[in-house]
Amino acid sequence: MVQPEPLRADVVVEYPFTRTTGPVVGAFLTGMREGILLGVRRPDGTILVPPTEYDPVSSDPLTEMVEVGQAGVVETWTWVDPPRPQSPWDAPHGLAMICLDGADTPMLHGVLVDSPAEMFTGMRVEAVWATERVGHIADLEGFRPVEAEAALE
Amino acid sequence: MSDTGDLPQALSNPVTLPELLADLEPVRSVRTPIRLVYDFVPSTAAQAYLRAYSDKRILGHRSPVDGAVFVPPRGVDPRYGVAIDETVDLADTGHVGNFCVTHLPIPGRDDLEIPYVSAWIHLDGADVGFLGLVAGCPSEDVRIGMRVRAVWKPDDQLGPTAENILYWEPTGEPDVPVEEAGNRAWRGEDDG
Repeated sequence: MVQPEPLRADVVVEYPFTRTTGPVVGAFLTGMREGILLGVRRPDGTILVPPTEYDPVSSDPLTEMVEVGQAGVVETWTWVDPPRPQSPWDAPHGLAMICLDGADTPMLHGVLVDSPAEMFTGMRVEAVWATERVGHIADLEGFRPVEAEAALE
Repeated sequence: MSDTGDLPQALSNPVTLPELLADLEPVRSVRTPIRLVYDFVPSTAAQAYLRAYSDKRILGHRSPVDGAVFVPPRGVDPRYGVAIDETVDLADTGHVGNFCVTHLPIPGRDDLEIPYVSAWIHLDGADVGFLGLVAGCPSEDVRIGMRVRAVWKPDDQLGPTAENILYWEPTGEPDVPVEEAGNRAWRGEDDG
């Protein structure tokens, strides 16, 4: 018996969640909306970026939000090509752990360059902000290489 | 901090902010939609069922154990785990076994006017119900046992999909008595 071409269909399961943020992540996202990057200070003075509500070692509440730099250093990275369909980025890009100036922990974000040949561990990058910002991690479009800054170090 | 009005007391501790943010309205929530896209390939029984819709036919499967007819056909009698290979054509008429009137919109279903009535439709000749919309009468007139018939899409819009049936409308025939509506009669036999 000849089998007809099987039927297929996309079945989409979708939930429009809205999550409350709490004061720490809320402050971090408020900073995103205003175009600044925030961390939270631990009792030993080190700064976590992104901030957490509780100390990862002692579990004590953390409440002192502080601004950190708009630039930082790529600690490790990978190259994403092609991005997944629901990625915030349409084009191939770096995905890096970036330790911002003043922070003691790196955060994950995209590095907007055209090829992996432009990426290296230790490279300095700076924030690229969206023009219209709403208080979401996507307000930060990504990071780009800092040009000709090495001489100042 | 801005006025929190009647918001419940936060479990978290208040935070201190850099000067720049001190007087601004804080972000309190964030949208995090979740979306999964499946590539669905129906089973053999479901393929036949969906293709039959193109001809305005509704297929069921008859159990070899006791003749019970299931719709949609799944290829097995789920009560006994027995394979089914007898396909039967079902009428596009039946009755409402159970129903629910919904007054809230569903995100992504802008085609549904609220209130809408979803119902278990028990086709004549079938022993289980399947889900459909009831329309063509005020939602408050829908009742258990109400006789309904399928309202099909125009012939030139038919395809291999259950969406060919736009909704189920009242036929005006006398109701099926409540005690015989839905799965009640069948369950009674099965239990006895």
